[in-house]
Amino acid sequence: MTVTLCLFVLHQPMIRAIRSARTQCEERGVIQRECAAIRAQFRQADNGGRSHNLAKLLYVHMLGYPAHFGQMECVRMIASPRYSEKRVGYLGAMMLLDEKQDASLLITNSIKNDLSNSNQYIQSLALCTLACMGSAEMCRDLAPEIDRLLRASNSYIKKKAALCAVHIVRKVHDLGELFTKAARSLLTEKNHGVVHGAVVLITELCERNSETLERFRKTVPDLVQIMKGLVISGYSPDHDVAGISDPFLQVRILRLLRILGRNNEGASDAMNDLLAQVATNTDSTKTVGNAVLYETVLTVLDIKSESGLRVLAVNILGRFLLNNDRNIRYIAMTSLQKIVGTDHNAVQRHRGTIVDCLKDQDASVKRRALDLSLALVSASNIRSMMKELLSFLSSCPPELRSQTASGIFNAAERYAPSQRWHIDTILHVLTTAGGDVRDETVPNLIQLITNTSELHCYTVHKLYRALLSDISQQPLVQVACWCIGEYGDLLLRGECQETEPVQVTEDDVLDVLETVLQSHMSFPSTRGFALTATMKLSTRITENVDRIRSIVSIYGSCIDVELQQRAVEYNALFKKYDHMSLLFKRLMHSPWLNTDLKLMQPSTLSVFSVVATVTVYEKDGVTVTLSCEKQSDSGLTVTLTASNSTESDIRGFTLQAAVPKSVQLHMKAPSGDSLPARGAAKVTQMVVLNNPNKVA
Amino acid sequence: MFEVMKFEWAGRSGLIAFRSSQSFVCCLISALTKAGTTKTCQPIKIIMFALVANQKVVRDWPCFGVVLGGSFLPRGGYTVLLFKMQFMLLFSRQGKLRLQKWYVPLSDKEKKKITRELVQTVLARKPKMCSFLEWRDLKIVYKRYASLYFCCAIEDQDNELITLEIIHRYVELLDKYFGSVCELDIIFNFEKAYFILDEFLLGGEAQETSKKNVLKAIEQADLLQEEAETPRSVLEEIGLT
Repeated sequence: MTVTLCLFVLHQPMIRAIRSARTQCEERGVIQRECAAIRAQFRQADNGGRSHNLAKLLYVHMLGYPAHFGQMECVRMIASPRYSEKRVGYLGAMMLLDEKQDASLLITNSIKNDLSNSNQYIQSLALCTLACMGSAEMCRDLAPEIDRLLRASNSYIKKKAALCAVHIVRKVHDLGELFTKAARSLLTEKNHGVVHGAVVLITELCERNSETLERFRKTVPDLVQIMKGLVISGYSPDHDVAGISDPFLQVRILRLLRILGRNNEGASDAMNDLLAQVATNTDSTKTVGNAVLYETVLTVLDIKSESGLRVLAVNILGRFLLNNDRNIRYIAMTSLQKIVGTDHNAVQRHRGTIVDCLKDQDASVKRRALDLSLALVSASNIRSMMKELLSFLSSCPPELRSQTASGIFNAAERYAPSQRWHIDTILHVLTTAGGDVRDETVPNLIQLITNTSELHCYTVHKLYRALLSDISQQPLVQVACWCIGEYGDLLLRGECQETEPVQVTEDDVLDVLETVLQSHMSFPSTRGFALTATMKLSTRITENVDRIRSIVSIYGSCIDVELQQRAVEYNALFKKYDHMSLLFKRLMHSPWLNTDLKLMQPSTLSVFSVVATVTVYEKDGVTVTLSCEKQSDSGLTVTLTASNSTESDIRGFTLQAAVPKSVQLHMKAPSGDSLPARGAAKVTQMVVLNNPNKVA
Repeated sequence: MFEVMKFEWAGRSGLIAFRSSQSFVCCLISALTKAGTTKTCQPIKIIMFALVANQKVVRDWPCFGVVLGGSFLPRGGYTVLLFKMQFMLLFSRQGKLRLQKWYVPLSDKEKKKITRELVQTVLARKPKMCSFLEWRDLKIVYKRYASLYFCCAIEDQDNELITLEIIHRYVELLDKYFGSVCELDIIFNFEKAYFILDEFLLGGEAQETSKKNVLKAIEQADLLQEEAETPRSVLEEIGLT
């Protein structure tokens, strides 16, 4: 078909000139000159060349240059009696005027006139423009016209009027009422375009108004008939696409059936056979067939379909999963995701294929496969699924790592077949993707390890080995430090049932902790863990306490305030108490550990909360014991009890206490200030501590 | 009961009151007034967000009826489906726009921003990747034909595969019209590309499913145009007679 020669070719020299500009600057120069000329032309009276001037301007606009001075010209052109000018005028209106521009209202009258024009191509221009950019006001104004056209015009106009009505209803919902009757009668027409428009319109009306939906349910048999005609009928050259008769219409009818069949047994029953027929007979070798099948599946899964039909639909999705075309695999997984909750077992059958899609090249496909895989994890497949997921984690795109890690943790928590497996899995994730896990992973893991007492030896060995190879993954390093601090003695013992034991000396262990302390990769919080662990080891080891003391005192002048405070406190403890072992007794399960993340870092205060009664001073016959009682989340009552085992009374006995700045201290009156001899009586004093900031 | 906050959108402002339950978030949006005015707002629209599985849909549903500040009783409670093509863009491998058709009202600035971002996103995709991608809250369906990318933005519930067919149908129409169409045809005859598109899609929906009929209509319209222009000859127009 040859392109008809018309005035439009007159804008081509300008296009050529713009394209031949070698730089952006040159282009701008050309554009400026052209726009000036166009502006001049616009100001002149009708000279017949208006259409190509506006066309030029529209081209310039598409390149991204301002063209608002052409808006009024569009309005003028639309009002012109000449078709060529109207055509470009309306095109200009659709490009330059949108409902936000005030000028758009000015074309309402022209549109109204053109809608009643005797020439259908002029009517068509008006309909197209209204459907593209008609504002709510314009729609209200022109709705009656559209309704008239829906009832009495030729097919060419009817099909356009139907879609115009769709736009009107989207803009002004109440106007839906106006079109309901006309829409119904359009369904009986023979012309595909008209029927298509009618189906789209009815869909829109039903979506907007539930009463209308009820009324249109009666059309289900008619729709089924039309579909049957399309599916079974012979070859229809006008509407055939690769052997499918009018797939566009088929898809829209299926969609309407979906809306009509939802939540309604009767309607769903009426369409059941048809859907089965479409699902079975549609050729799936080409995309177009798959498009129809896809819509069928979506409909089947949404309405109240028979179980057999549902199985058929899920099987189609299963077949899609095996399709060579990546697009088909992608949409299959999208649909399966929607039904994995309701049809879990059916989707499980395709688990293998879904897991294979984790290895797809396309990131969107990978994401879909990940979502589905996580949804398909269950107690029976946890081991094999976890293997796949962990393997995926090590090679997945960075934007998916966090989601994968969380998914793995959730799955592990729900379905872990054994505690050792659970700990191993978490450690694996921390080693592979330590930087992408959430904050609460560390305390959660510490909690888990604490509770799995039979695996303490195993865990500390694993973590120690992990630390030896890599200290960059912060969550892993933090947990490892904590573990070594807590169970370092098990490490030093050199024996382990669950795994190969290490032969290490105390110095080796301290070396590792010091490396963490000194590494530039360690976060301040990680250093905190390492320092505390070092301190705790002072009770678990025998020979290197001095080394520990020196490490701790170095950090007493550390720039990091948290670390410094910690070190200073520990130093003080070193000085005050020789019986460090009592203070750093193994942390048992304590409610404090759960309430606040900060408290997870073993602090002196939380330690006190665990120990029942500690003898904190025993010298020259005077014994002072201390016992704690937790009052609240941040309050603690300490009872100091002093006794005197010497032969003589001690008078003027006072106790003093010092606490960190943010902790509030209230010492109650002692029961007395003299300690009678030979432990005849004790002096007690209560100290109430309030730690609102929960400092260490 | 309802949380209320002020918001601005598209140069207008309004109040939004919302409340959520397990399966949906219900929002009342008051009359949108032009930003800067102080009209008291009456709740006249309801926009319901239904959260079902991974779907997030938006729909106006005036028939629901609402009591602001009191209890709210929804009807049905099923998901509302959205199908609409929001826009179609054609651009070259260098990111130059060759055609843009917008079916939603947006300011020039917004259109430019969307175009820029989307073009960048699509051009960054590798050849073997999926034709579909999620972008903002839209689904993007794109396909490359020679040096041109055809890119459609559809809403949540739309069928991506049929959108690919729509794109293909449009390319076929261009091909039939221009005779083995290439990018240059669309550059130098861009208005024709628009006319053909407007004869195939109306308001974002397919209006004619027969290739033959679309081409016939274009032919007729072109003839009409020629007739309208023949009174003056081309030479006259460019001032050579």
